[in-house]
Amino acid sequence: MSLALAEKAPSFTLPGVDGRDHSLDDYRDADVLVLIQSCNHCPYVQAWEGRMKAIAGDYASRGVRVVAASSNDAGNYPEDSFEEMKKRAERERFNFDYLYDADQSFARALGAERTPEVFVFDRDRRLVYHGAIDDNRDETAVTTRYLRDALDGVLAGDEPPVAETAPVGCTVKWKS
Amino acid sequence: MERIELFYWEGCPSHPEAKELLEQLLAERGMEVEVELREVRTQQEAEVLRFPGSPTIRIDDRDIDPAGAAAPPAMTCRIYRLPDGRVSPIPSREQLEEALR
Repeated sequence: MSLALAEKAPSFTLPGVDGRDHSLDDYRDADVLVLIQSCNHCPYVQAWEGRMKAIAGDYASRGVRVVAASSNDAGNYPEDSFEEMKKRAERERFNFDYLYDADQSFARALGAERTPEVFVFDRDRRLVYHGAIDDNRDETAVTTRYLRDALDGVLAGDEPPVAETAPVGCTVKWKS
Repeated sequence: MERIELFYWEGCPSHPEAKELLEQLLAERGMEVEVELREVRTQQEAEVLRFPGSPTIRIDDRDIDPAGAAAPPAMTCRIYRLPDGRVSPIPSREQLEEALR
């Protein structure tokens, strides 16, 4: 079961590809926190990755922090290992923190099921948007930009126009 | 052309879209060949079937993306490249058109 709207962001402390540990409290200065369940290997993630970077860059000066985490079982999906995450973040020049959730507690706390799957938290760290980044993996066919619309709404002090959508992507690869 | 098989893994949501595109192209060409859906349920099956990810499409036993077919068998979403280099979870229209020639 995914985190419900208005529920608080789960606390976490996870290692990042930058060599530092990152906790929820580290982002206390952000007006809006975007947590993205992500990974390396999934083509849906790769298709949306450019938009993740664009959003992180476009909204950074407006008090929005974007944080992605991979929880996938690296034993069965070695492309999602911490070492491969570091390589991908460097190669693709990620402009957001990319964290490794080795024990999958982050994904379980969010109730995440897909990659990519977005959770947006307001200043009080209550969930205000959950779901997809936009309505099409093909950037040229996008008609509704759910995440950008949600961020614009929250930053303006309003509710997101759409608070929940169905995330489309690969399943989180749970350890057996 | 005698046989078109679409191998898929239920954990990846891309196969309905791939099947729809494939059937659309077949209809446009007036080709009356049924797309046979074949579910891959386990890693063992993936290895036996040389399944590098979902969806995998074979026409008369030949993978429509020979380069991608060489990837290790895996229960995962398969990565395709669009003509402009972007990543896609399904083959491009152009790739399928080429395979149907």
